[in-house]
Amino acid sequence: MAKILSVTALRRAYGDLVAVNNISFDVDRNEIVGLLGPNGAGKTTTINMILGVLEPDAGSIHIEDLDLVSSRSQAIARTNFAAVYTPMPGNLTVAQNLRIFGLLYGVKDIANRIGELLKQFDLEAFRDKKCGVLSSGEQTRVSLAKAMLNSPHLLLLDEPTASLDPATAREIRTKIREFAVGGPGGVLWTSHNMYEVEEVCDRVLFLSHGRILLEGNPKTLPAAYGKKTLEELFITVAREPLTLEVA
Amino acid sequence: MSFNRTFAIVLRNFYLIRGSFSRIFPLFAWVAVDMVLWGFLTRYLNTVASPGFNFVPALLGAVLLWDFFIRIMQGVTMAFFEDVWSRNFLNIFATPLLISEYVGGLILSSIATSVVGLAVMLLIAAVFFKLSLFVYGLTVMPFLLVLFLFGIALGVFGSALVLHLGPASEWFIWPIPALISPFAGVLYPISTLPQWMQYVSYLLPPSYVFEGLRKIISGGTVSGTTLVWGALLAAGYILLAYWFFIRIYRHALRTGLIARYSAETLS
Repeated sequence: MAKILSVTALRRAYGDLVAVNNISFDVDRNEIVGLLGPNGAGKTTTINMILGVLEPDAGSIHIEDLDLVSSRSQAIARTNFAAVYTPMPGNLTVAQNLRIFGLLYGVKDIANRIGELLKQFDLEAFRDKKCGVLSSGEQTRVSLAKAMLNSPHLLLLDEPTASLDPATAREIRTKIREFAVGGPGGVLWTSHNMYEVEEVCDRVLFLSHGRILLEGNPKTLPAAYGKKTLEELFITVAREPLTLEVA
Repeated sequence: MSFNRTFAIVLRNFYLIRGSFSRIFPLFAWVAVDMVLWGFLTRYLNTVASPGFNFVPALLGAVLLWDFFIRIMQGVTMAFFEDVWSRNFLNIFATPLLISEYVGGLILSSIATSVVGLAVMLLIAAVFFKLSLFVYGLTVMPFLLVLFLFGIALGVFGSALVLHLGPASEWFIWPIPALISPFAGVLYPISTLPQWMQYVSYLLPPSYVFEGLRKIISGGTVSGTTLVWGALLAAGYILLAYWFFIRIYRHALRTGLIARYSAETLS
């Protein structure tokens, strides 16, 4: 499989706190990789480095074959992201935001693409509504539509379904799954919903204290470490990571 | 460089201004008030001062040019503040946008908004106080250019400062023109100032403009060298301000401030 994302020996510290400690991993084409771990494990720091908004202390990031440092703009043009903590500006309408980000990502035939995404994410009724007046679930759908604008080769999703009701969350998971399977790219996904991770991800990476502790198929990984569910394994990673390192 | 990405920044500001009375109003309201206030003041001064000297082109013209400079500077910073206020840095800096394209977009937005203010000032000055910029001859073009360049430089510098110090530091930006004005000799000759203030004036491009303006009014001519020097100084400040913005941006990438901007500091 062709590699969409290659992260090598990535390290980032904030003063004495090492947030990301020498991690390496890949995301392949048509693959959804779950980046899991308790709060403060280094997930968002890793995503920020891949997005080019945080400089690593060491290591390299390649998106397809493009080095993020030497070819930042070209590399970032192949990515997009949605995160629960970065909604679209609330003082612009849905269509205005999508148009502006479409221009920033170099999307061709923006008007048609916006129309497609509004339909795909059930946002047609909110086209001319300001994002700030939408519910958190609707805002999340706008962020996801923005994330799909340029049909990215690497899609970064930081807890994308955190504020969605179960029915909408399931629809979004299906859409992202379709994107990964049928599209040109791969997905790096963080979530605290282990049911969702098990359903969507092909592979998971468990981060703890900035290091990758475990890696594998979310359906088989719990049994390999003597746990019944992914959630149980998650709790062990969060509370007793040393027991897993010994195992 | 991508024109589309620069255009995106301009378009964003157009959308925001178009849909907001509170953004449209300041484009012309305060400069209009300034024109009316100084227009009547100069008219009054003409009645009490010795005949032969016309205060309208000397003072009202100077205020008009100074307000143009302020509008240019604030045009850049206001466009930048839109990203601060809407907590948009992570969204915008995680796109392929280059810093040169971003700053270019801020400058183009500023030109568009400043033209509105300039047009309103020219209209009021001409209709109510019989002042036309043509009274200064063609020299008015380099005057406007120098003020435009210096306004851009200060706007970019101010934006970098807020990027570095956090959202609350926008307070530092608003008084910058007021801090500069005593040294720039907007309303009086530089020779009025004490020697140490005059040294500062020589470093400020607007001081060459306002000295030149007074020279024209008193019947003299402005030397081309003076105007070229003022323009070169202003262009130098733009380069310095852009260099400063890039340094601050890179520092923000190193520290992680872009991703955590609302925290203001990372301590």
